Amino acid sequence: MTPDVVPDGGPTRSAVRRRRRPLTFDRASFMLVFLGLPVAVFVIFVVSPFVQALWYSLTDWSGFSSGMNFVGFDNYVKLFHDDIFLKAVRNNVLLVIVVPIVTIVLALTLATLVTIGGSGTGTVRGLRYAGFYRIISFFPYVIPAIVIGLIWAQVFTPGSGVLDALLTKVGLSGFENYAWLGDARTAMPASMFVMIWGFVGFYMVLFIAAIRGIEPEVFEAARIDGAGRFRSAVSITVPLIRDNVQTAYIYLGIAALDGFVYMQALNPGGGPQNSTLVMPQQLFTTAFTKGQFGYSTAMGVILAAVTMLFALLVFTVNALTGGRERKVKRR
Amino acid sequence: MTTTTADRAVVADSRAPRERAPEGRGVATVAHLALILWSLLVILPLVWTVLSSFKSTQEVLGNPLSLPGQLRFENYVNAWTTAGIGRYFANTVIVVGTALVLVMILGAMCAYVLARFSFPGNRLIYYSMLAGLTFPVFLAIVPLFFVLKNFALLNTLPGLIITYVAFALPFTVFFLHSFFKALPHEIYEAAQIDGAGEWRTFFSVMLPMARPGMASVAIFNFLGLWNQFLLPVALNTDSKNYVLSQGMASFASQAGYAVDFGALFAAVVITVAPVLVVYIIFQRQLQVSVTAGGVK
Repeated sequence: MTPDVVPDGGPTRSAVRRRRRPLTFDRASFMLVFLGLPVAVFVIFVVSPFVQALWYSLTDWSGFSSGMNFVGFDNYVKLFHDDIFLKAVRNNVLLVIVVPIVTIVLALTLATLVTIGGSGTGTVRGLRYAGFYRIISFFPYVIPAIVIGLIWAQVFTPGSGVLDALLTKVGLSGFENYAWLGDARTAMPASMFVMIWGFVGFYMVLFIAAIRGIEPEVFEAARIDGAGRFRSAVSITVPLIRDNVQTAYIYLGIAALDGFVYMQALNPGGGPQNSTLVMPQQLFTTAFTKGQFGYSTAMGVILAAVTMLFALLVFTVNALTGGRERKVKRR
Repeated sequence: MTTTTADRAVVADSRAPRERAPEGRGVATVAHLALILWSLLVILPLVWTVLSSFKSTQEVLGNPLSLPGQLRFENYVNAWTTAGIGRYFANTVIVVGTALVLVMILGAMCAYVLARFSFPGNRLIYYSMLAGLTFPVFLAIVPLFFVLKNFALLNTLPGLIITYVAFALPFTVFFLHSFFKALPHEIYEAAQIDGAGEWRTFFSVMLPMARPGMASVAIFNFLGLWNQFLLPVALNTDSKNYVLSQGMASFASQAGYAVDFGALFAAVVITVAPVLVVYIIFQRQLQVSVTAGGVK
C-alpha cells in the first residue's frame, strides 16, 4: 500500500501530483516510522482500551481472577438500581448545568469589561491595565487542579481555614466553625465554586481574543446608531463570538462531567451523604478498591454516553437557535 | 444615568476632533472595580498559602489570619525531604520531560504525514484521533491498567511516560495538522529537487518551519502533563514512583491527623512555583496559543 502514498499538494495540484512514486528505502522507512510508530502507540494505549472497555462492561470480571463470564447487560441493569451511582449521576448533571453556565457568564462579563470597558470618546476601547488583569486571571489555569483543590480545602477548613476567619472578622459570628465541605447543604456549591474559580481565567482569555477579533467598525457603527456599552455587549459581542461560546460550553461540560480531580481533593470520600460524589470517583473506587472491573467499566460506558449526549445536545441547541446558519455564511 | 446624555452628545459630534470627555469614565471605574475584585479573589488564596507555608503547625491551626511569627524555611526542607516532595519532583521532571519530547516528535511526524500525504486510511486515522480527544479517559482506565500490566509496564516510570505520550498525541496531532497543512508545497518540491529524502525534508525543512506551532503545543502539553492526576493515580501506585500531583494528594490525605501543616503548604508552593515561572516567562505566547487553539 505504500506506493500509493503521494504528497498532497492541495486540491488544484493533486491531479498533476497523483502519480505513483517508486518505493525507495527512504520512503518506506519514512512511512513506517512517521506514521506507523505514532499510530501504533495510539492504537495500543488509547484505542484498544476504549474498545476493550465495551467488552468488559458486559462481563462480571473482577480483574485479577481468570474467570470472566459474559453477563450481557446485567451490569447496566444493576447500575440503574444502584442508589449511590444514581446519586453520582445526579451530581454530575447538576455540575454540567451549573458550572459551565456560571463560568461562561462570568468569563464573558470579565472579558467584556476588559475589552470595551475603557473610557474614551468615539471609539470603544479597552480598559487600562487590561494586560495585568488578563495575566492574573489566567493564574488558576496553570496551577494543577489537585493543588487548586487542596488550597481551597484548606481555605474552607473550619477553625484553621481563612474563609471562616474572614467571615467572623466582618461580624458573621455564625461562621466561626462552619464546615463548608462537611455540610451537605454547602459541600456541592463550595465545590462548584472551586471548579469555577479554576476555569474562569482560561475562558476569559479565550473570549477576550474572540472579542478583539471583531472588526472595530462594527462597534463603531453600533455606537453611532446609539447603542450603549451594555447594548453592544449583548447584541453584538455575544452573537458574533457564538462559536467560541459553544466550544467553551462543550469543553466545560466535559470537564464538569469529570470533576474527579477537584472532588478528590476537596472531599475524597464523596462528601457528606455523597453530596459531591461524581461518576468518575465511584468508577475509580469500584474498580481499584472493590475490584469490580466489569461493573466499573459499565459505569465508564455510561459516562461516555452521557458525555456524547451532552455534546450532541449543545450542538443541536446551537443549530436550532441559528448558530449554524451564521457559521455557514462566514466560511 | 447621567452618562446617557453624555453618550448622545459624543455621538452627535463623533466626527469632531477627539477631545477628552468624561464619557464612559463611570463604566471604566465599575469595570476596574469588578476586575480588581476578581483579581483579589484569585490572588488572596495564593498569598495566604505562601504565608501559611512559613508558619508552624500551631500557627496554622491557631489563627489563620495572622502573619507567620518567623519565616520557617524548615517547612520547605521538611516537605522536600520528609514528605518526599523532592523525590516526586524528580519523578515528575523525568516523566513529563521525556513524555514531552516524545510526544512532540511523534505528534509532529504523525501530523505531518496526515496533513501532507494522501493515502487510504488517512481520514480514518485523523478522525479517530479527534474522537480520542473527546472520549473520557475514565472509560479506558481499567483496560489500560491491564494493557500496561501485560507489557510489564504497570507501576513503572516508562509505563507512565508511554501512556502520557499516547493520551497527549491526539491533541498534538490535531493542533499541528493545520500548521503543516499551511506550509507551501513549493518548499517540499524544492527540497525534493535538491535531492533531500523524505526524512531530510521533514527534519531540515518542514519541522523548523512549524516552530511557532510546536512551541504552542509544547507549552500546552507541558502544563497538561505536569497537572495530570488520573493516569498516575491509577497506573503508578508504587509510592517510590509517585509524581508530584499524586504525592500531594497522598500527603494531604495522610495529613488529616498528625500533619505538618506548614510543610503541606510548603509542598503546595513547591508544586505551583515551576508552572507559575513557566507561565510568567511564556505568558504572551501561551495566551496567543489559547486563541489559536480555541477559535478553531
